Amino acid sequence: MSGAEKIQVKVTEITPLNDLVTRFRFERVDGGQLPTFSGGAHTVVEMHDGPVTRLNPYSLMSDPFDQSSYTISVRRDDEGRGGSLFMHRQVNLGDEMTISYPVNLFSLDLRARKHLFLAGGIGITPFLAQIKQLDVLHGQWELHYACRNHALASYADDLTGRYPNETRLYYDDQNQAIDLKNLLSGQPLGTHVYVCGPKGMIDWVRNTAATEGWPADCIHYEEFLAPKPGKPFEVRLAQSDKVVHVGENESLLEAIEREGVDAPYLCRGGACGQCETVVLDHAGNFVHRDHWLTDEEKAAGKKIMPCVSRFEGKTLVLDR
Amino acid sequence: MTIQFNDESFRDDYTFHNSDWAIKRFPFPFHEDSYMYSVNMEQHRGGPKGSVYEMRFDVDEHYVSEMKDRALVLDEDPLRCQSLPHMTLAGWDLLELIMVSKSEDYPDLFELHRNGNQWRWINKPMGIDHSFTFMDETTLPYGPMEYITRQAQGDFAVLDQRDEMLWMDAGMVTTQADWSLDFDIGMNFFEWHAPVPKAHEMGIFQRALKFLLNIQQGAPARRLNWTMTVNPLLDTSPENYHEWGIQKTTLTPENLSQKQHLRVELQTFFRLPRSNALVFPIRCYLCNFQDLMTVPKWGRRLHRVIRDLPEELATYKGFIDNRPMMLDYLSQFDDGLPTSPGIWPDLETEPPLSK
Repeated sequence: MSGAEKIQVKVTEITPLNDLVTRFRFERVDGGQLPTFSGGAHTVVEMHDGPVTRLNPYSLMSDPFDQSSYTISVRRDDEGRGGSLFMHRQVNLGDEMTISYPVNLFSLDLRARKHLFLAGGIGITPFLAQIKQLDVLHGQWELHYACRNHALASYADDLTGRYPNETRLYYDDQNQAIDLKNLLSGQPLGTHVYVCGPKGMIDWVRNTAATEGWPADCIHYEEFLAPKPGKPFEVRLAQSDKVVHVGENESLLEAIEREGVDAPYLCRGGACGQCETVVLDHAGNFVHRDHWLTDEEKAAGKKIMPCVSRFEGKTLVLDR
Repeated sequence: MTIQFNDESFRDDYTFHNSDWAIKRFPFPFHEDSYMYSVNMEQHRGGPKGSVYEMRFDVDEHYVSEMKDRALVLDEDPLRCQSLPHMTLAGWDLLELIMVSKSEDYPDLFELHRNGNQWRWINKPMGIDHSFTFMDETTLPYGPMEYITRQAQGDFAVLDQRDEMLWMDAGMVTTQADWSLDFDIGMNFFEWHAPVPKAHEMGIFQRALKFLLNIQQGAPARRLNWTMTVNPLLDTSPENYHEWGIQKTTLTPENLSQKQHLRVELQTFFRLPRSNALVFPIRCYLCNFQDLMTVPKWGRRLHRVIRDLPEELATYKGFIDNRPMMLDYLSQFDDGLPTSPGIWPDLETEPPLSK
């Protein structure tokens, strides 16, 4: 079976935070303890939405050392394929769900003398767990958190209340923006930068840091891509000898799984590399959307990441 | 079951010995009549009852004596145990993993009582009963990794994971097959494997790294590795090569069956939850040729494997000079009959030696 180990949980708290974001608390069905984890880890939540099964990753935001429950915060995406809408509209208190063991693709570099966190919108969630971890380790950190407005700034008041000296907020509707160049140049040696937010923000931080002479391995980022809808297409799976139709609102990986073909995965967001699949033949264009393959690999057309990438054209044959 | 712990030495008079129980459960590393590198990983989730695979951390009759030998090595050379400053959290992770596993798997030997961060650890074979505060180093006599690995058989490499790479940033290494933690500390996965012949060209390390980076919490893995050791030495380190290297020249046709040991490493891999580091326990099992030959299948197979092993590998594993003498001895136990697949002794089903 693919993916990380599974845990059966029940929903013990649903807390709407604002117009877009709702928090869910999970506890084990058997009443036992959940595994501890490291700040920045995510869990993959299984959603059974009628005939469709979705597996979406969400950052764990609770205290990593608290084994009684996990919490996640889900931002409703009205334009998406329905995963966040399912969580918001169909999940009820007491429901049993399956989640994965924690997987961390965005862990702290514990060598850092200081951790500089840059969050955009719902990108705040992994930092909430990392901040709790650093509380225990007595680590030095600073958070710069940008949101559209105060009403949508999830957890902003908790953070400024608890960590007034470490937290700085920026609201788009007040024309506030992180003065990144100055912020970076004022950091002590040994600082590591972590950014989680929209793609534009991640690119901006990585590019600015590179221009300012920061080593690439001091800049850490996480962006889970949700698979985007696209034109339907057909794929032939050579090993399993099947032809699969990929619908408009499902990912290539989901279509493969629907046909009962076991395919490896972890993050389902184009970041971890587990689902990398060899392309045996194709006539058409790839829509590569992952962060895993290099630009050269994407251009070569020999590999695809089926969790987020699609295909437009006549023939696609995969080694699966 | 209750284990009878041997009183034995791994140096000087070499009183180390295996009981019949230990011979039958020896992790013979060859699943077929030949050997080549492979990424031979499998999940580490138990195994046949009584086998070395059954528990997360195997405890056997050599436990108490191995821990005494470790203490002697550390007295002479404290650098066998090192932990870079950022690895302390991983040390606590490892302490928790071993204490929880051993107290659950061997409740008659080990007990762990937890009340929040107030922990009490009882290690009956070693006579330890210690209360301490989890995550508070000042309540332990050593750092957390050193504390627990002075009470656990096998070496431990604790690897930090950063930038799609593993780093040898902490470890307890006193029972090693000729590698040095002090030399490797801070190196990355490719750097510390640089001396291994052939495997780089075969792409083994790229594939192994990819596998290891993706080992997840709750899903440990394992593999076997092997080499040869003359005399039952646990500490075959580069630091002490001047002491043990020369012993390879003391082998004679008369003493070979007792002195020549097959050295097998049960290597396991666990993701550590709080630190996201990876721990790599390397557990060493020794068995001399005479004891191995009591299992007919292993006699046939060991002869064939050693005979056909590529020269580079026999050189790297340090027995190229003694190979002809080893083969003279082993050939007596190979009657040419076929062998059953897999590593298990199959004593009931495999025919006795017919020559």
